[in-house]
Amino acid sequence: MERIVLPGIPNLNQLEVYLSNGGFEAAKKAFSQTPDDVIDQVKKSGLRGRGGAAFLTGLKWSFMPKTTNLPKYLCINGDESEPGSFKDRQVFEDNPFQLIEGVIITCYAIGAKVAYLYIRGEYHKWIKLMQNAIDTAYELGYLGEKMKSKFGTDFSSDLYIHKGAGAYICGEESSLMNSIEGHRGYPRVKPPFPAQKGLWGCPTTINNVETIANVAPIISKGWEWFSKMGAAKHPGTLLYGISGHVNKPGVYEYPTGMLLTELIYDVAGGVPGNKKIKCVIPGGSSMPPLRGDKLEGVRMDAESLKEVGSAVGTAGIMVMDEDTNLLKVLIRIAHFYHHESCGQCTPCREGTGWMEKTLHRILEGHGTSKDLDLLISVANNIEGNTICALGDAAAWPVKFMIERFRDEFENYVKKDVTIPVPNKVHSMRQTAVPLADIQK
Amino acid sequence: MTFKLTEENLARIEKARKKYPTALAAVMDTVYIAQEQNGYISTEVMEEIANVLGIDKVNVLSVVTFYTMYHTKPMGKYHVQVCTNVSCMLRGSYEIWDRVKEKLDIDNMQVSADGKFSLEEVECMGACGYAPMIAINEDYYENLTKEKVEEILESLK
Ligand SMILES: Cc1cc2nc3c(=O)[nH]c(=O)nc-3n(C[C@H](O)[C@H](O)[C@H](O)COP(=O)(O)O)c2cc1C
Ligand code: SF4
Ligand code: FES
Repeated sequence: MERIVLPGIPNLNQLEVYLSNGGFEAAKKAFSQTPDDVIDQVKKSGLRGRGGAAFLTGLKWSFMPKTTNLPKYLCINGDESEPGSFKDRQVFEDNPFQLIEGVIITCYAIGAKVAYLYIRGEYHKWIKLMQNAIDTAYELGYLGEKMKSKFGTDFSSDLYIHKGAGAYICGEESSLMNSIEGHRGYPRVKPPFPAQKGLWGCPTTINNVETIANVAPIISKGWEWFSKMGAAKHPGTLLYGISGHVNKPGVYEYPTGMLLTELIYDVAGGVPGNKKIKCVIPGGSSMPPLRGDKLEGVRMDAESLKEVGSAVGTAGIMVMDEDTNLLKVLIRIAHFYHHESCGQCTPCREGTGWMEKTLHRILEGHGTSKDLDLLISVANNIEGNTICALGDAAAWPVKFMIERFRDEFENYVKKDVTIPVPNKVHSMRQTAVPLADIQK
Repeated sequence: MTFKLTEENLARIEKARKKYPTALAAVMDTVYIAQEQNGYISTEVMEEIANVLGIDKVNVLSVVTFYTMYHTKPMGKYHVQVCTNVSCMLRGSYEIWDRVKEKLDIDNMQVSADGKFSLEEVECMGACGYAPMIAINEDYYENLTKEKVEEILESLK
């Protein structure tokens, strides 16, 4: 099994080791071609973004204007705050130079002289690791002015880390740019798209860390090699992050299109206590959940997951066993989006709060079946009516969790309707005789 | 009381400033550096940041109040962050949360009387596969049990 991003070579995070394994050969090759040739190869490889939307990477790069007097920028998105996602940190830790090589090739292809790597602030350790790698790369001429003599070109690019400070929304690309500029992380209205008007109003491309870490191997081994791996329409590998109720949680690199059951049972060692699976969220908490009894044959790639009504997202797979209380899970998810909504759009700001409140009411035993319909309708009113996709991300889990597990949610509201009876008995007796006397 | 950034920190800010075409873009790095020096971001600290970068104070305030990792009041020497998001929750993070709360005898966003600890319930920290987890200041502690958490907290006392 060939692994592209995390090949498992010991000490690959040391530059000498990276170099002795063919490091920066791809960059040399790329610099001997035209930028358009490089974009063309990435297009043909079929590489799609690993940050959530699975957008075609080569196509995105081709949106960058060729004739402009403005500087162009590349942003690499390592905000990694989507619950269930913990893969990019593995790239920082194990293969930082392949990421750096991907950055300089991408900069060359799109004509950017400056790249910003946005890393979430909580990742102090990984920011330090990445900064060390960047410093080494500068010293030895793989970044900055020295690139010119190292590679014998007139191209050079700079790479800086921008440290986030605790805001999930900054993973959204336009919010990320505002954050780099020193503003609050408020998403921008699109259009204009970043390729027209991005950082400081200049043409900008934003890609996920894992996406960029795939670029060098595509150039060195060829687009054909890459396009033949995994699912035809979403080729390559994925860093599957498997968490929750599995015996061996962790990040595993396998081809796209793997069977979800194979990942859970063979790769992640199955469910503790051999319990049944109730629910799986396949791509981070924003993606529609799947029923445990409908996992057979489901494959982990953009197209296959779309067919079963979900999405690949970040390939962060959250597994929940049969004993999981889905109401509590959904409340936690709803709380997250409420907390992280930036508050610019009314449907998102108000709707996320309303959903959280209504779910709490159900948990407290005051819910009715109508509340379930209400929740779905609030979710529908958020979806598609907001500036950024956080609105959809907040709506989907609520809508699909209730729709797909209606049986369970009906139970939460029904059971609660019967509660007033014992309650009444309890309180009546309490007022008549002290509780302790009854218990004797 | 006025707050002044140290020479060393001014040099760090100067370096951060060079990463960007505008001074404003260096505000997040600068707030971090100032918070490191002062422990939290007071009005005086914001004024100093605005002066040093030559930007409007409103811009500093706007950023400081948006991002959760900037603190506008003093936190404990050890800022304990417990993730309770889904992947952690499925592996018992609420038990960890309760245990930490009990042990430190403070609630969310409170500081212990001796100023040693502060506590925060945080959103997903990107450690979902190594859940449950807590972070203390800048360090992650993963694959925890209630016992392990207790040991860690005790080692800090
Ligand atoms: C609320 C929200 C949060 C996001 N968080 C991230 C993130 O942490 N990392 C990431 O790469 N993309 C994230 N995205 C997706 C980005 O907006 C963007 O599509 C992506 O970085 C593009 O890179 P790609 O084409 O390589 O996937 C987020 C999107 C939304 C709406
Ligand atoms: S959808 Fe939500 S997070 Fe996105 S811009 Fe609107 S209020 Fe902010
Ligand atoms: S859910 Fe706790 S680290 Fe992701």
